[in-house]
Amino acid sequence: MNIAAQINSILAALVLLTAFGLLVQRRIYGLLHLFAWQGLFLSISTGLVGYVARQHHLYISSILTLALKVIVLPYILHTLIVRLKIHKEVETVVNIPTTMLMGIALVIFSYHLTAPIRELSTLVTRSTIAVALATVMLGLLMMITRRHAVTQIIGFLAMENGLFFAATSATYGMPLVVELGVGLDILIAAFIFGIFFFHIRETFDSLDVEQMARLKEEE
Amino acid sequence: MTLIILLGVSFFAAIVLAFVGDRRFAPEINILGSAATFIAGVGLAVHVYYEGPMIAGGNFFFVDAFNVYLTVLTAFVSMTTAIFSRRYMRREREHGRVSHWGMRFYHAMFQLFIFAMLLALLTNNIGVLWIAMELATLSTVLLVSLYRTPTAIEAAWKYFILCGVGIAQALFGTVLLYFAAEKVLGEGGEALLWTNLIQVSGQLEPTVLRLAFVFLMVGYGTKVGLVPLHNWLPDAHSEGPTPISAVLSGLLLNIALYALVRCKVLVDLSTGTNMAGNMMMGFGLLSILVASFSLLRRKDIKRLFAYSSIEHMGIATFAFGLGGPIATFGALLHMLVHSLTKSSIFFTVGHASQMHGTQEMSKIKGLIKGNPLVGWGLVFGVMAIVGMPPFGVFTSEFLILTATMKDAPLLAPLLLLGLGVAFAALFRRVQPMISGAVPSNQMPVKASHIPIILHMVLVLIIGIYMPNFLSEWFHTAVGLLK
Repeated sequence: MNIAAQINSILAALVLLTAFGLLVQRRIYGLLHLFAWQGLFLSISTGLVGYVARQHHLYISSILTLALKVIVLPYILHTLIVRLKIHKEVETVVNIPTTMLMGIALVIFSYHLTAPIRELSTLVTRSTIAVALATVMLGLLMMITRRHAVTQIIGFLAMENGLFFAATSATYGMPLVVELGVGLDILIAAFIFGIFFFHIRETFDSLDVEQMARLKEEE
Repeated sequence: MTLIILLGVSFFAAIVLAFVGDRRFAPEINILGSAATFIAGVGLAVHVYYEGPMIAGGNFFFVDAFNVYLTVLTAFVSMTTAIFSRRYMRREREHGRVSHWGMRFYHAMFQLFIFAMLLALLTNNIGVLWIAMELATLSTVLLVSLYRTPTAIEAAWKYFILCGVGIAQALFGTVLLYFAAEKVLGEGGEALLWTNLIQVSGQLEPTVLRLAFVFLMVGYGTKVGLVPLHNWLPDAHSEGPTPISAVLSGLLLNIALYALVRCKVLVDLSTGTNMAGNMMMGFGLLSILVASFSLLRRKDIKRLFAYSSIEHMGIATFAFGLGGPIATFGALLHMLVHSLTKSSIFFTVGHASQMHGTQEMSKIKGLIKGNPLVGWGLVFGVMAIVGMPPFGVFTSEFLILTATMKDAPLLAPLLLLGLGVAFAALFRRVQPMISGAVPSNQMPVKASHIPIILHMVLVLIIGIYMPNFLSEWFHTAVGLLK
C-alpha cells in the first residue's frame, strides 16, 4: 500500500516535471514528445491506482488515456505538423526564468488551495491532488505565455490531462459516462483545431497567433 | 418518449443535413427539424405542467419547472432562427460570403448545437451537463469562423481558446463537487445526479463546495459572458453569421447561466450562507456597469448588441445571486424576455447590415424608409431591450429593481446607473440609423417577417398580461431555487 502510494507520488512528480518542460520547450517535436510522456505517466498512474484501490473501472480509464493521449492525439498532431511543414520551427520563448518562477508560484498556490481537500480525503492518492491542480494551472500559464497556435493547443490538452489527473486522485475517477463524454469532446476539439490550423495558416501565412490582433476594441 | 423525440430530432436532423448539404431544400429541412423539436418541447412542457417534475431514462433525465421553460424557449428561438436564416443565409450564399461546404456545415452544426443545448438542459447528471456545454461551444466555433475572413478566424480562435480554458475550470469544479458528493452518496454515477445531490445538500462538505463554486463560477461565468471573462463574446457575436449571433446571445448564454444557477443552489444550501449568491451578485453588477459604459463607444452594430447581452446577462446573474422570491422571479422572466428580444434585434440587425453591406453604424441610415419592417423592428426591439414599458423587459427589470431596493438598497443606485447609461447609449446609437432619408448605398432586402413580428408580439404580451401558466411555472421554479 505504502509503496504504491510512493510510486504514485513519483509518477505525479514526473507529470509535474513534464508540465514544466512543456512550459519552456521551444521545439515543436519536443513539445509533442513531452505531451506524449505526460499522457503515459498519467495512464500508468491511473492503472496503478486502479490496482491498489481495487477500482477496476480505472483500468478502462487508463487504457482510454493511453489510447487517446499517448497514441491518437500525438499522432493527429504529428500528422498536422508534417502537413503544415512546421516541424523545424523553433519558437522564441521570452523570459524563461520568469515563467518558471511563476510556474513554481502556481504550484505552491495549488498546494495551498487544495489543503482542505487533502485533509478530508482518505484515498491513497490524496497527496497528488495538488499536483493535478498545478498541472491545470501550468497548462493555463502555457496558453497565456506562448504565441504559437500548436503550442497553445498542447497547453490546452495538458490542462485536460491535469483535470483527468485531478479526477483520479480526488475521487478515483469520475463516473464512466462522464469520462467517455469528456474523451469524446476532446476528440471533437482535435478535429476542430486541426481545421483551424489550416485556416489560420491560409489567412495569416503563419501559425503565430500574435498576428491576430485585428479585433482591437474600437476607440 | 417526448424526451427521446425532443433530443432525437435535432441529432437526427444534424446527420441528415450533413448529407443533404447545400441542396435547395436544406433550409426547409432545418426549419422542419426545429419545428418538430419545438412541438416535442411543448408536449414535454404540457406533461410537466400537469404531472409535475419527472425523472426519465433511468435517472438520466430530469425535468422540472425551471428547465422545462428554458427547453421550450430554446426550441422556440431555434425554430424562429431557422426560419430567419433561410432568407438570410440564401442571400449570403448568393453574395459569395459562404461556400458550398460552408452551407452544409452551417445547417448540420446548427442542429447539433440545438441538440447540445437541449441535452445540457434536460440531463440530471452535472457531469453530462458539462459535456453538453463543451459540445455546444465546439459546435459553434466553426460557425463563428464561417466567413473565413481574418477577423472571423481570429474571433473563432479566441472563442475556442477562452471558452476552452474557462470550461476546463468548470470541470475542475465538477470534480470537486463529485468529491464532496461521493462521501455522502457513495461512488458511481449516482453521486453526480442533481436530484440526489439536492436531497443531501445539507450534508455536503461546505469547505469543498465553496472551493468548487469558485471554479464553477469562473468556468460557467466565462460562457455566460460575465465581466472580466467576457472578451470572447463581442468578437464571436460580431464576426459570425447573424443567425448564430442570435442563438449565441439568446440561448447559449442562458444555458450557461442555468448551469451556474443549479450549482449555486447546491452550494448555498450546503454552506448555509449566501456566499455563492454574493459572488454572482458581484460578477453580475460588474458586468452591468462595464458593459453599459462600453456601449457608449461602439461603432459596430453587432458588437453594440453583444455588449448589451453582457449587460442583460449581468442583470439576470445579479438577480439570481440576490435570491428571494421576487428577484428570482424577475431573473427567470428576464432570461425569457431578453432571449426573445435580443434574438429579434439580431434578426433586424442582420437585415440592416445586409442592406448596407457593412456592420458599421455610421454607414447605416434611413432604415424606416428603406425597409419599414427592419426599421420599426429595430425601434421596438431597442425600446423593449432598454426596459421601456409596456414590454416584458420592463416588468422583469422592475421586479429585480424592487427586490434590490428591499434587500440590498446600497446596490440599487449602481444598478440604476447601469440601466440608465445603457438606455442613453443605445438610443443615441440607434436613432441615426433608423431615421433620415434612404442613402444611395442601401440595397433592398427580402426581410424575414415571421420571426421578428412573432418575437416582438410575445414580448409585448408578456409585458402587458402575463399568461397564468407562465407565472405558475415561474412560481414553481422560484420554489425550487430557494
